[in-house]
Amino acid sequence: MKSSLIKSIVIFLGLFFLYFPILVLIFYSFNENKRVMVWKGFSLRWYNELFNNEQIIEAFIISIKIAALSATFATILGVMIGYSLVRIRKIPFKSFYIFLSSTPLVLPELILGLSMLLFFISLNNVIGFPSSRGQLTIFISHVTFCIAFVAIIIQARLTDFNKNIEEAAMDLGYNYTKVLYKITLPIILPSIIAGWLLAFTISLDDLVVASFTTGPGANTLPIVVFSKVRLGLSPEVNALSAILMFALIIIGLFYFYLNKKFKH
Amino acid sequence: MKNKLFEKYFVFSPYFWLVLFFFIPLAIIFKISISVSEWGMPPYQDIFLFDNGFKINTTFENYVYIFSDYYYIGSFVNSLILALISTFFCLLIGFPLAFYIATSNIRLRNILLVLVVIPFWSSFLLRVYAWKIILQNNGILNVILLNLGITSEPLQLLYNQYAVIMGIVYTYLPLMILPLYGYLNKFDLNLIEASKDLGLNRIKTFFKVILPLSVPGIVAGSLLVFIPVVGEFIIPEMLGGSDRLYYGKILWEEFFVNRNWPGASALAFSGIIILVLPIVIFQILYSRWSQKNEI
Repeated sequence: MKSSLIKSIVIFLGLFFLYFPILVLIFYSFNENKRVMVWKGFSLRWYNELFNNEQIIEAFIISIKIAALSATFATILGVMIGYSLVRIRKIPFKSFYIFLSSTPLVLPELILGLSMLLFFISLNNVIGFPSSRGQLTIFISHVTFCIAFVAIIIQARLTDFNKNIEEAAMDLGYNYTKVLYKITLPIILPSIIAGWLLAFTISLDDLVVASFTTGPGANTLPIVVFSKVRLGLSPEVNALSAILMFALIIIGLFYFYLNKKFKH
Repeated sequence: MKNKLFEKYFVFSPYFWLVLFFFIPLAIIFKISISVSEWGMPPYQDIFLFDNGFKINTTFENYVYIFSDYYYIGSFVNSLILALISTFFCLLIGFPLAFYIATSNIRLRNILLVLVVIPFWSSFLLRVYAWKIILQNNGILNVILLNLGITSEPLQLLYNQYAVIMGIVYTYLPLMILPLYGYLNKFDLNLIEASKDLGLNRIKTFFKVILPLSVPGIVAGSLLVFIPVVGEFIIPEMLGGSDRLYYGKILWEEFFVNRNWPGASALAFSGIIILVLPIVIFQILYSRWSQKNEI
């Protein structure tokens, strides 16, 4: 049929467009030549150099640490917001609460980063803390803009699921806290993990906000990568890309699995 | 009661965090944007002075300065145009893809959806970097063009506004496809059959049936692309040239290079007022309107 041929072509071209650049990146990571664009032969040389590059390894460890910590805090606070918005009726200044928890989603990162930096500087002028910016200030900023992403996932899930289960447990003598910890949280657990994974990758990937709030001894991976590729190409970054793409794609697949698991 | 205490804990912990680390920083941007600049550290004067009795020391000069200089307004307009063009191309590529995914059988649909979203999970910075490799003078695209005999010498594909648009459309495409798919997925395919049975041709079916019903998805997807693109800094920095300046770059330089904190704050706050506020208001109005009309 004619229309199904068009359909196949559109889908093929779309997927080709999405995956072609990633494949090019992985392909060139195996290039022996120091000049990235001139093919000299297959080699794992840049992977070897990557693992011996202390600057990149150190930045990677800092990034993972900040991402894991900020994802955890953002998930705790995001679950609280999602739960509050769906299950708790009395929230003082509710529209302000909604404004606070949803605006970080639409605020350009640059404005968010600038506001955080000026806030930390002002705070230091007033109370003498934080005296210099670094991992702590990046962590605080990342928690702040990841909360909204977790909250929106949890809110969607809690709206979906049947309130009767909670009410039945309440009738059977469970108190409020017990219902939450024994019924509600276990049911939405896949979404909580999915929210954590999303927050983790957002933090790991962030360059703009981290550039504003960083300080001595807190060069995250995107900051180091950006400084290497801003003006040119780097064979080590090619190798890093291939590894990172692979790792992140696995996290993405896991996220999908969790999301699907909940729906059934 | 115990419940009350517990509810308060749930509501107020994130409340406290967001007021302290989100609302107050925004307020500080506003405060600095109406402060008088001066040489020194910090490079602005306090807005409350207490030397000879209490005095409020504010100015709107930073805003006047920005809005009377074409350098700033021009860059903001450039960013808006860039965002419009990029959103249009995302829609142009994203709509047929989302439509065909939504009309596939359920097994294929799930696989395709995962395939579309996976690139979005991989690193943003590295996906932009990939285009830097592709568009090099001796990059893969130029090699193909040369071998096909379309050009006789390598084209300068990188460091101009077209490379920026390319990079943006590539990185933001999944953000357009997902909400479009979300709405198209809910839509009853029998409507298309019905409109064909009633004698409408394909083009008419598209404009009279499919398009009107996917308006909410188009709006949602376009907003997700448009807003962050206006403030985009990384893509123009990596793929763009000096042919065009954008809002993100100007804001960055005003702060880090010119060290004009009040000016940068005024730029940021204007961005919030012009860009973010209308969208927040629009979303509230739109959700009320769609609830009323049960869309």
